[in-house]
Amino acid sequence: MELTTVWFALIAVLWIGYFALEGFDFGVGMLLPVLARDDRERRVMINTIGPVWDGNEVWLLVAGGATFAAFPEWYATLFSGFYLPLLLILLALIVRGVAFEYRHQRPEATWHGWWDRAIIIGSLVPAVLWGVAFANIVRGVPIDADLEYTGGLLTLLNPVGLLGGLTTLLLFLTHGAVFLALKTDGEIRHRARALALRLGSGTAVVAVAFLLWAQLHTGTGASAVVFALAACGLLAALVALAAGREGWAFTGTFVAIALAVAGLFLGLFPDVMPSSTDAAFSLTTTNAAATPYTLGIMTWVAVLVTPFVIGYQAWSYWIFRQRISVHHIPV
Amino acid sequence: MDVVDIARLQFGATTVFHFLFVPLTIGLTALVAWLETRWIRTGNPEYLRLTKLFGKLLLINFAIGVVTGIVQEFQFGMNWSDYSRFVGDVFGAPLAIEGLLAFFLESTFLGLWIFGWDRLPRGVHVACMWIVHVGTLFSSYFILAANSWMQHPVGYEFNPTTGRAELNDFGAVLLNKVQLVTFPHVVLAAYLTAGLAVVAVSGWLYVRRDHRADRPLHLRAVRLGAVVALVAGLGVAVTGDLQGKVMTEVQPMKMAAAEGLYETAESCAPFSVLTLGTPDGREEKFALTVPCLLSFLGTGSFDGEVRGINDLREEYRATYGQDPGATYYTPEEYVPVIPVTYWSFRLMMGFGMAAAAGAGLVLWLTRRGRTPTSPWFRRLLIFLPLGALAGNSFGWIFTEMGRQPWAVFGLMTTDRAVSPGVSVTEATISLLSLTAIYAALAVVEVGLILRAVRAGAPALPEPGPGGGSRDDDAPLAFAY
Ligand code: HDD
Ligand code: HEM
Ligand code: HEM
Repeated sequence: MELTTVWFALIAVLWIGYFALEGFDFGVGMLLPVLARDDRERRVMINTIGPVWDGNEVWLLVAGGATFAAFPEWYATLFSGFYLPLLLILLALIVRGVAFEYRHQRPEATWHGWWDRAIIIGSLVPAVLWGVAFANIVRGVPIDADLEYTGGLLTLLNPVGLLGGLTTLLLFLTHGAVFLALKTDGEIRHRARALALRLGSGTAVVAVAFLLWAQLHTGTGASAVVFALAACGLLAALVALAAGREGWAFTGTFVAIALAVAGLFLGLFPDVMPSSTDAAFSLTTTNAAATPYTLGIMTWVAVLVTPFVIGYQAWSYWIFRQRISVHHIPV
Repeated sequence: MDVVDIARLQFGATTVFHFLFVPLTIGLTALVAWLETRWIRTGNPEYLRLTKLFGKLLLINFAIGVVTGIVQEFQFGMNWSDYSRFVGDVFGAPLAIEGLLAFFLESTFLGLWIFGWDRLPRGVHVACMWIVHVGTLFSSYFILAANSWMQHPVGYEFNPTTGRAELNDFGAVLLNKVQLVTFPHVVLAAYLTAGLAVVAVSGWLYVRRDHRADRPLHLRAVRLGAVVALVAGLGVAVTGDLQGKVMTEVQPMKMAAAEGLYETAESCAPFSVLTLGTPDGREEKFALTVPCLLSFLGTGSFDGEVRGINDLREEYRATYGQDPGATYYTPEEYVPVIPVTYWSFRLMMGFGMAAAAGAGLVLWLTRRGRTPTSPWFRRLLIFLPLGALAGNSFGWIFTEMGRQPWAVFGLMTTDRAVSPGVSVTEATISLLSLTAIYAALAVVEVGLILRAVRAGAPALPEPGPGGGSRDDDAPLAFAY
């Protein structure tokens, strides 16, 4: 296999890791006002993701860095093109990240209230905008012969983009609710499960509509299979949840998100950012790539380091596997 | 203002801001790990209380270090897309490796440390903090390798077909001679900064009446911090001297600009401690100089030749004035803004070394259990960490402004590096929103730090936590 293909796959893996992991902590953040009745319950929710959210976010940073190294043209076009949405995402991630750490530093209710809002908005904005961005990448955006993006902010807010945003929003909400059902105990666990079941069918409809569009637009045989499996994963998750098998349910939503992202990348290949202006101006794994020398070095680093990363992240999830409930929260 | 100015302002502001928190994180992770190790070794609960106090300050600081870092990661693509296209093959690799090798370590093991007090055995718990510290060192190494490449590009070849710099020797990039002196300089400056932060916090609690019972505890921390700062300060001066020599060799214009030296001095060039004159430095009104010191700083010999701006400009014109086969060249001047380079160089050394010397003074004042009481002592304490932070900021301002007009020395000028597709409106929105949010965060952070300091070292619950009790029904030892 060509190194450019390997790196396309690795970058897909990084985005898959990012959405499947940070997806649930976005969901938990957005559900803060919905599922918790009082401050202690909010603290239960925040503590379920406390030790892991930053590690989840690093998947995004590495996806960004790896794109810079492996496909510099893609990095340059994507982030200078999607300038304002990316800025909004960054601002949201800033307030959100600080909020987790600062919320508990003072006892006042108003102080908690402000940081709660920061967590909610900081989770909501990226949950929607990542979907908008990815839908537009798959759909194709105006790119000229210099590989520069020529559209504006409004170019991105087309129906398909909005459908993509709604899809990630609902998927992450469901994923987060299932995660809470798995990681908490007591009343909040029941509320989370009931909400996940209610959200589930709507999520399935929207997600299937979006994936169907993606399949018709850029799909291949392989992506069709992967999308179908993603839909099965989501349905299996809901069945498992109804049966009270929260571990399996979480596996289901995790797999559903992972496969949905995988399918989008499969359909995209060998383009990385198709041009809607003229197919000749599309960024591809060939014209956007770094040199074989750089890709070779990066491959060695990835092969040597990634197993350790996955190993110790998994270990940290294992250490914090305990369910949390209100009586674990010191007053 | 055009997009270049706005993007420059934004890069400078966000980076200097990021770098206010970074040195504290690098140094404090080591100090906290050291304190916790001492606690485990000696069983003395005082060390545990200090671990908790500085651990808390570290976390408040770390949060902003992380969120400002996220902006850095994407800024190159947003504002400097032509730069990213041109150097991605070389520059992207260290950035990606930094994420994979360092950020995963830092974030995962810090999470384990924060929430692991009653989940992990003591030895594993303290190991988590040591691992975080190693992560910060990896992080520094790779990002500084990337920056050093911009100061002195090596291990690459310019490809005229693709119009970009292509990596051909990654080892040369990692062992760039600029990098080999920059990395120790920056890391030692970080230890200096964190050591002084410990001195200031514990020193302030030490002289307070309401924390009198904790005096022995804080005295211990003050002296630990001061020793670290003093040793690191010496190291900073030594490595800074080495940097001066490498810089004179690879970027002679930067050294000339640091001195405002217009005419080449064939031997025994004097170092100007303070020169007042016309703003562009062409005419002197008052000068305080140390004879021959500049020659020593730049070349290692008191009668070495230091070349002046006028000669260098001619030489740079001859070398780079013609299009060197690329689209990236400038036919203009090659001189950075002299007052900025001149003053930032002096302020770096002045503030930073004064702060390091302050550590020595504190050691002297607290010798054999003495308790300094004068109000000057408190003022000195407040100055110490601020002086070190100022040294760091001015160091970066000097390094980066002294490289101008180049973004990548000799290859690409800053005005060519900017994103062609980004409008003034977009750039302005991003500059203003980021500045506003950074300013707000700074206020909140300072408030929280002061509050945590005033509360002092936390009292220990009985029996002390730690030891991996794993009682699944007990409240979490640490919870958000
Ligand atoms: C000499 C050290 C140094 C320097 C020059 C920089 N950083 Fe930094 N950075 C760190 C040392 C560091 C650190 C100490 O490792 C931090 C502070 C808090 C943390 O989590 O790691 C960090 C955090 C941090 C993060 C967040 C990591 C996380 O979420 O855990 C990112 C994305 C960056 N940095 C990126 C950058 C970029 C793109 C820089 C260059 C323009 C940069 N940093 C300069
Ligand atoms: C190690 C990481 C880096 C740090 C800490 C750093 C720090 C700084 C500082 C302190 C300034 C001064 C701002 C000013 O006064 O204008 C600056 C300016 C600048 N830096 Fe860096 N820099 C780093 C790496 C980079 C990289 C990778 C780029 C690539 C584009 C870059 C490009 C610039 C530019 C274009 C400016 C504006 C120049 C100017 O305003 O004079 N720097 N940086
Ligand atoms: C005698 C004392 C010092 C000398 C001779 C010295 C020398 C230098 C030189 C020559 C550079 C520029 C390197 C380049 O652009 O290639 C530099 C950069 C820098 N200095 Fe210093 N320095 C001293 C003290 C300090 C102190 C006390 C601090 C901080 C507390 C500090 C922090 C920095 C930083 C952060 C940079 C920018 C990063 C780098 O390029 O290393 N320096 N120093």
